[in-house]
Amino acid sequence: MSTQPAGVLEDVAAENMLARPPATARTRRPRSAWSTTILLMLCTITVLVPLYVTVSMAFKTPEQAVDGNAFSLPSPLTLDGFVAAWQLTDFPVAFAITVAVTLATVAGTILLAAFASYAIARNWDRRLFRWSFYYLLAAMFIPFPVVALSQIQLTGLVGLDNPAGVTLLHIMFQLSFSVLLFTAFLRSIPLELEEAARIDGASTWQTFRHMIFPMLAPMSATVGIFAFLASWNDFMMPSLITSDPSLQTLPVVQSIFQTQFSNNYNVAFASYLMAMAPAIVVYLFTQRWVMEGVTQGAVKG
Amino acid sequence: MALTTAVPASASSPPPPVPSDRRRVERIYYLFLLPSVVLFTLAITVPAMIGIFFSFTNSIGFGDWDFIGLTNYIALFSDPAILESYLFTFGFAAVTVVVVNVLAFGLAVGLTARIRFKAALRTVFVIPMVVSGIIIAFVFNFLFSNSLPALGEALGLTWLQTSLLANPDLAWVAIVIVTAWQAIPGTLLIYIAGLLSIPGDVYEAADLDGATKFQQLTRVTLPLVTGYVVINVILGFKGFLNAYDIIVGLTNGGPGTATRSIAMTIVTGFTSGDYAYQMANATVFFVIAIGISLLQLSVTRGRNAL
Repeated sequence: MSTQPAGVLEDVAAENMLARPPATARTRRPRSAWSTTILLMLCTITVLVPLYVTVSMAFKTPEQAVDGNAFSLPSPLTLDGFVAAWQLTDFPVAFAITVAVTLATVAGTILLAAFASYAIARNWDRRLFRWSFYYLLAAMFIPFPVVALSQIQLTGLVGLDNPAGVTLLHIMFQLSFSVLLFTAFLRSIPLELEEAARIDGASTWQTFRHMIFPMLAPMSATVGIFAFLASWNDFMMPSLITSDPSLQTLPVVQSIFQTQFSNNYNVAFASYLMAMAPAIVVYLFTQRWVMEGVTQGAVKG
Repeated sequence: MALTTAVPASASSPPPPVPSDRRRVERIYYLFLLPSVVLFTLAITVPAMIGIFFSFTNSIGFGDWDFIGLTNYIALFSDPAILESYLFTFGFAAVTVVVVNVLAFGLAVGLTARIRFKAALRTVFVIPMVVSGIIIAFVFNFLFSNSLPALGEALGLTWLQTSLLANPDLAWVAIVIVTAWQAIPGTLLIYIAGLLSIPGDVYEAADLDGATKFQQLTRVTLPLVTGYVVINVILGFKGFLNAYDIIVGLTNGGPGTATRSIAMTIVTGFTSGDYAYQMANATVFFVIAIGISLLQLSVTRGRNAL
């Protein structure tokens, strides 16, 4: 939940977001390139150390892991931790559930938000659509803890106290941020394009399906990657909503097995690493959209 | 400013897509809108209403219940456990906001300066944002309770030999550290956007006037990014008030109840039979969240209307 910026209604030079400063801008400033670079590199240690510790601990033997020295290199290097974690936590099942919840959240968020945003943006002159926009945005005022207790009850009553219910709630909590991004983008698409398609006889559905939705692709990438991160990494919601521990997602599995990992730190860290790595890999391939999404979410409205 | 707040709709709306406003809305638009609005109502609005409703009852989550008026609310305000959780959460959020914004702003200044490996450095600094909060909290938990004490023993430093997490007075520091570790990237990216929106020629002018680097930072840069500071402070504070995952992974509210957040107190209503009572707690928390969001809207609207 903390990764997602809520929208702020402010319209400041959005086009400058990730653009490089004009080439001439800082030519007069003395070159401080290397000292600043080295200082920043030293700061990256704070980011890299916990990640290094996770990786190195995962490859240690139980005997070496238990000495508490997290910073030593593994010697000898062993995959035993991964094997043990794989079996103990039933990793393939937890992984499959997490992937299913995450992919369904991504697809559901993109589709629902794109549909709603298109309807809202094209009927902004209608009160119903305008009010629906503010209504959907209101979720940003409602933190999950506020509705958690009643959601636990309701999902239990209607048989959604499982990954399907978690998926639905993940989509709902992503909706406002996504509708905000999509409507802002849709307003910037010139209507003449659509009108040309209409004159050629395309229906609203065809226009959306073959023209608008493809044009939304960059926004869908941003919306999708945030839905991915929120869903993949979430702990609080699945831990409270899903009643059957054997159907839990990876972050919750780590917490369930805390006592069973006990002093087998290599197993614990191998398990953490297998749960963390997919998100980091996805980020490395999609970082452009991650970075744009943060600034657009905070700045557009 | 007053005008834009008074008529937000017209200020923010694009020109009507179709000139004639008496046109009929195609049915498909309703079909596009319906799923989101209906599901949203069922999944969020209805639970919120139910929660507020039951906060005026003595329900324990199932079975019979009676209306008991404001009893839950009155009890809430004199319950030391509740007050402790609010005090802790607000204090923690305030400290974390300051730490995160100071560090993120400093990093943003560095990352927008003329440096080498700019793209690679940004990539690294954003990583904490994409890591699961509870998992990284478990990693830090190991560092705080095993590695640092082991280091303290090796170096003969007694103060380092006991875990930070076991100290009721200082465990919150560990929570601030891990929360900041994870929250800095988002704040940092917003500051980078802010810094890049400043036109380069203001610095040229400042250079010509003989301003030092430090003067440029405090007299030119900071005033020009005030809007971004306000966004980051409010968004951050709002987010930190919901603290849950990281605390569960680090201290699980302990030692004792020293680091139990509001969110953690609320969900105890699920198991402890305090159902209606914690619903009242959630409702109070809701009102606070709305208050902060309204503050956010008025500040950002007033600053630069849509």
